[in-house]
Amino acid sequence: MKKYFRELSVAAALGILLLALGIFAPSFFQPQPLLSLVTREAPTLVVACGMALVIICRQIDISVGSMFAVCSVCAGLLAAMHWPLALVLAASVLIGAVFGAFNGALVAGLGLPSIVVTLATMVTWREGLRWLRQGVWVDLPNDVQWFGLPQMAGQWTLVLVALTILILLALAMKHFSVGRFIYAVGSDAEAARLAGIRPRLLTFGVFVFMGALTGLAAMMNTIQSPQVDPNSGTGLELKTIAAVVVGGVAISGGRGTLWGVFAGLLLLACISPALTHLHVEAFWGKVIQGAIILLAVVADGLRTRKQRN
Amino acid sequence: MKQLLQLSAVTKSFGAVQALKGISFDLQAGEVHALLGENGAGKSTLIKIITGAHQPDGGTIEITGVRAEKLSPAIAHKLGIACIYQQPALFPDLTVAENIGLRLESANSLSRVDWNSRRNQAQKLLQRIGADISPDAEVRSLSMPEQQLVEIACALGAGARIVIMDEPTASLTQKETQLLFAVVRDLRASSVGIIYISHRLEEIFQLADRVTVLRDGESVATCPAKETNETALIKLMVGREISQIFPPAESAPGEIVLSLKNLGCTAGGVKNVSLDVRAGEILGLAGLVGAGRTELARTIFGITPADIGEIFLRGERIENHSPQEAVARGIAYVPEDRRRHGVILEMPVAQNMTMAIHRRIFPGTWLRFGAERACALDFIRQLDVRAYGPEAPGHSLSGGNQQKVSLARWLATEPKVLILDEPTQGVDVGAKSEIHKIIRRLAKDGLAVLMISSDLPEILGMSDRIAVMRGGTIAATLPGKSVAHEVMAVALGQKRSGG
Repeated sequence: MKKYFRELSVAAALGILLLALGIFAPSFFQPQPLLSLVTREAPTLVVACGMALVIICRQIDISVGSMFAVCSVCAGLLAAMHWPLALVLAASVLIGAVFGAFNGALVAGLGLPSIVVTLATMVTWREGLRWLRQGVWVDLPNDVQWFGLPQMAGQWTLVLVALTILILLALAMKHFSVGRFIYAVGSDAEAARLAGIRPRLLTFGVFVFMGALTGLAAMMNTIQSPQVDPNSGTGLELKTIAAVVVGGVAISGGRGTLWGVFAGLLLLACISPALTHLHVEAFWGKVIQGAIILLAVVADGLRTRKQRN
Repeated sequence: MKQLLQLSAVTKSFGAVQALKGISFDLQAGEVHALLGENGAGKSTLIKIITGAHQPDGGTIEITGVRAEKLSPAIAHKLGIACIYQQPALFPDLTVAENIGLRLESANSLSRVDWNSRRNQAQKLLQRIGADISPDAEVRSLSMPEQQLVEIACALGAGARIVIMDEPTASLTQKETQLLFAVVRDLRASSVGIIYISHRLEEIFQLADRVTVLRDGESVATCPAKETNETALIKLMVGREISQIFPPAESAPGEIVLSLKNLGCTAGGVKNVSLDVRAGEILGLAGLVGAGRTELARTIFGITPADIGEIFLRGERIENHSPQEAVARGIAYVPEDRRRHGVILEMPVAQNMTMAIHRRIFPGTWLRFGAERACALDFIRQLDVRAYGPEAPGHSLSGGNQQKVSLARWLATEPKVLILDEPTQGVDVGAKSEIHKIIRRLAKDGLAVLMISSDLPEILGMSDRIAVMRGGTIAATLPGKSVAHEVMAVALGQKRSGG
């Protein structure tokens, strides 16, 4: 109970919000709009899972939005060339992994600070894509949207994929050595190294994985619409980092769970639609989201200070 | 002669450890007062109290006859107290004049910088101490002694009347040392009082007017330097009754497990180390701070791999390029700073204990919490770790118990050689003697133990043999029944004729 206090308090906040909506704006719970909301957030959840791993490992990756755009456009172009969707998916994941490996090599191999490395790649990939594509949208063949399934089935598929990834990763972080090692490296890389763990290899792996998940998320986004926006993924890094921090992952690494990230993401995602249903002006959404993030950071700061004394 | 500084019955505790037990100390204008004592005798704490970095728990401090109630670094600075550390605390990217200016000018961040006067002032101060350094030189480009001269210039410019020098010659050559001495003598002539800390006894006789010896947080003697000699000082530094009871050595040492032949590591400053450690033996590694003991351990463990010489494990030549290789071969290293490199504070005790043995207790890398808990409970019982359970986070434990957790992590790897680096540093007396019993029991079970310690009674009480390091190499290997001043004499590099 005490151990998961942080996660539980986010879940409680989410519960209260949903309860308030149930009383004051039951229209929020209409199945079809709700399913659409959840489907829109499914790719974000996948990226947030990767971001959680990166931050637990005491790194950060702010290039996810740009990687997302590159993967989306690549996937769109391949789909437009009538590649089988399974191959398009594999290609998108692979491209993401390669871009992640580039970040990882610079961070783990050369020991550069991840915020600077990924800032550079964020700008480079985004501008490179803009120059190459000149902002042209990619039209997709008809059978690509929702994998050619009826919309409802397609939406459920995406939600289930995202949840499966969340559950598998949450279990892996707790039940596999590699998960334990990520926490160890994030808490104290030198202690971990002395204990025979390889912090650099692990950090590299985490960045590659982040890229691969971004590739998957890009694919999950691409099949939702008939066209690919070359500017997709803008602001994705902020959205996911916010979810991770609100969910109780320490920005200084070594602490946090994916369940918390899940709750944090849902909480932030529900704010704006909730306000609409409660007939509050939309701009308050950003203000409340900002306040929640601030509250989370302050709570973590106080906790660390208490621990240190 | 004018009294600059008078400390009376100053006490200071850190947690359960009493670092200063009522020290009295005085400094006159125009004298060099040397402060001597082995590692942990309380020198640094005393200095920090004089410079205002620490507040004393009791006692009084008078500066030029005025009682200083609450000393902070800023107040100490205003009162004319300056401290020159072994590693000068200058800004490497700024010029000499900028560094001096930063220290001396008022801290009004909106006032305009007068570059000319700043430069002239620096020039004047440097000239006054006879330093041939350009005020426009970047500090990065200066040698260590030049940087120390800049520090002295800062102290002078601030009108310091009390200058503390903490091992200023540790990284200087003979010639540079003489230059520094000339400056110190000039300062003395201009009636500055100097507190001089050094492990080099010959310097003390060259330079000091009076000597105070600290031991275990007490001042054991103050006398004019002319009336004493090296042997007498060493006796004063170590001359304590051994009040602790150490577990007796039982078994006769067995075969040689770890053998080093002319081992060296340039990066770590380890040179030409040859050493044997036998099964069942505790080899104490003594020496002063900076003698290269931790560096030797890190070389053996593959953190800073050796670039010359050989390591043999049970007669077989090995090369450790990384901690993983060392662990796989049966070498374990319990590092010095358990809070930084040992226990992961955010992790539960059980996870900390199994950190180095995942491959063995979790084949297939699927964690089995039952096995982990059983392993942790086993060590908690064996080492008598006081925690509310295997799930207690590392930061909730006391220092002694954290050390036991760190030890358990390494014992879990079933090592043949155990290297302990300051195993009882900052641990209270009760836990200390428990850890000693554990170490002796491990040796009895056939482990070869290499124990680094700055605690001389611990070295003498626990070791079957004592290797003393100085300047990155083994200066001598002494039998376990040695006396404290023999070890100290080797560590300090006293010439045989003097002892």
